[in-house]
Amino acid sequence: MKFYRSHILVSINETSLAAGVQEFITALRNELAKNDLAEEINILETGPLGFFGRGICLTVYPENINYEGVKIEDIPELVQEHFLKGRPVKRLMVGVTEKFSPKFNYENRIVLRNSGIIDPENIDDYIGAGGYVALEKALTNMQPNDIIAEVKKSGLKGRGGAAFPAGLKWSFTSALDVPQKYVVVNADEGEPGTFKDRLIMEGDPHQLLEGIILCARAVGASKAYIYIRGEYKLCIARLEKAIKQAYDYGILGKNIFDSGFDLDIELKIGAGAYVCGEETALIESLEGNRGTPRWKPPFPGVEGLWKAPTIVNNVETLANVPFIIAKGADEFLQYGTPDCPGTKVYTILGDVAYPGLCEVDMGTTLRTIINDYAGGMKKGFRFKAALVGGAAGVILPDRLLDVKMDFTSLNQYSAVLGSGAILVLNEHQSIVDLLWSILRFFRHESCGKCSPCKNGTQQLYQLISKIRKGNGTMEDVNLMLLIAETMQQTSFCALGQSPIMAVRSAIENFTDEFIEITKK
Amino acid sequence: MKTLADLKKIREKAQEEMKLRGGNTRIKIVVGMGTSGIAMGAREVMKTFLEEIANRNLTDVLVTQTGEKGLSSLEPVVDIIEEGKPKVTYGNMTPEKVKKVVVEHIVNGRIVSDYVVATGN
Ligand SMILES: Cc1cc2nc3c(=O)[nH]c(=O)nc-3n(C[C@H](O)[C@H](O)[C@H](O)COP(=O)(O)O)c2cc1C
Ligand code: SF4
Repeated sequence: MKFYRSHILVSINETSLAAGVQEFITALRNELAKNDLAEEINILETGPLGFFGRGICLTVYPENINYEGVKIEDIPELVQEHFLKGRPVKRLMVGVTEKFSPKFNYENRIVLRNSGIIDPENIDDYIGAGGYVALEKALTNMQPNDIIAEVKKSGLKGRGGAAFPAGLKWSFTSALDVPQKYVVVNADEGEPGTFKDRLIMEGDPHQLLEGIILCARAVGASKAYIYIRGEYKLCIARLEKAIKQAYDYGILGKNIFDSGFDLDIELKIGAGAYVCGEETALIESLEGNRGTPRWKPPFPGVEGLWKAPTIVNNVETLANVPFIIAKGADEFLQYGTPDCPGTKVYTILGDVAYPGLCEVDMGTTLRTIINDYAGGMKKGFRFKAALVGGAAGVILPDRLLDVKMDFTSLNQYSAVLGSGAILVLNEHQSIVDLLWSILRFFRHESCGKCSPCKNGTQQLYQLISKIRKGNGTMEDVNLMLLIAETMQQTSFCALGQSPIMAVRSAIENFTDEFIEITKK
Repeated sequence: MKTLADLKKIREKAQEEMKLRGGNTRIKIVVGMGTSGIAMGAREVMKTFLEEIANRNLTDVLVTQTGEKGLSSLEPVVDIIEEGKPKVTYGNMTPEKVKKVVVEHIVNGRIVSDYVVATGN
């Protein structure tokens, strides 16, 4: 066996790929070889590491030192100082050059617990980290109904936006006695500023596969599809690899571990329209039709893909399931709030010191997320507002910074957690501009199937454009509210029902700004 | 195609390997790799440790390096750190001495007192 004294974990993700991480790794290998260190120091390509960082990020074990924004030019210094002489290069370390010392934000993690620790392209690493223990348990000690009972008990709610209890959804489908059922993973992730599912899949693809297998076993499905955005090239490559490994090990396919249970998983590449993330539009798209929503009911759980009962779940939802089954619902209930147990993965963008990803308990306040996990505001900026939940979300002012972030608490403020996107704005940014870009997005993404949304998104965009140019009046502002409310009541699907969230929260929380701009 | 029993074996093996990465180990060997340490042969000392450990399949040992310790006349210097025991520092190490330290101290738990230059924290 090979003994390495040190391991350099390199985070491979879309950001680091853009920063040239592949060339970086080649250069690092060469430099290690030049210094005769290639046999002593191992380079491991992995998913997101446990901290927010820019560009190319490294974690060095066993010291557990984190570097960020490392460039090819830094390699000789890193190798000479750190890998040869054991003196970490301070100027490249995360957090030491600033007052802020980042809280290593995966302290409380479920979904991302392996991310940045295992090699996502190696099934043995996942297994070594306790992977497929839940599957073994489910196949040897549990009946399908026991799986559902455990998921119900855990209180797991859907992480794709609607927060529907997963166990309950599964129980409807499992009760139906039909020859064919499906599981569909919603990996479309179209909400602007959201990339949590991407990082969950990049960092630990097998965890998602295990979640899918458990779900399929619970409801009696023999075929699953992962509907994934075409832009997610690295996820697609890693999932393909993971699926192949799982087949090779007999974790997928016929008669899995002699249990009599069969399952095939297939990847389907989506075309990128926002509405295709809506579950019935997604099913249409999977069937090869134009991605427009269907009427509900019947819900997909009863009549979905090719009219067969179909469970549609978000990536993060399913990624929680292996933990719940392996450790038990009681362990899961230790996280989060009684009403919304577990954790939530957020992506934070905007004017914070460390934009990126974190997984925290449900119910953590927005203030804690921003200050402790994203390093607070960027130097020299003050907090003005946060858009929580993406385009289908709400704009929160600073007086709501201490609101607990979970489905139930946010509801009290007519707010939603949505997909978990947080966009932070500084005091110089305009709420009118933000609303304009949200409404432009909706106008572009409306599928045109129903008139309230088709015309409403158009009118909202025209009104906000007029206001933004300084040509609007307060009547226009009120008209926007009226239109968005009408859309909420009459649109065919949740896309057209959503703009009210941003419109109302912007106008109510930042009334002065609208008064000011319409006065001119 | 694997069985559940195979899976268990894979898990145990992978766990051992990952333990090494994480630093959850019984005993830690720290080689002084300052400029003078390297000049006095610390690289060879480090390499010999790694070879010996790999040859013996020791999975609960961690080898790491540190900077200058201000003991230049005693370089290469090596600390052996074990949970709950005082730290042992060996000086003027050579590859030959390393082999002895691995057999005696690391494997059998007997300190090689001839090479010890300091003990304690
Ligand atoms: C316009 C629109 C876009 C949506 N986009 C997504 C998406 O990208 N990913 C997702 O998981 N759910 C999305 N949803 C929610 C899905 O319709 C569905 O509720 C979800 O996939 C169910 O999974 P869950 O219960 O695990 O959250 C979207 C809904 C709407 C109305
Ligand atoms: S609400 Fe909008 S997106 Fe939904 S069906 Fe109607 S037009 Fe299409």
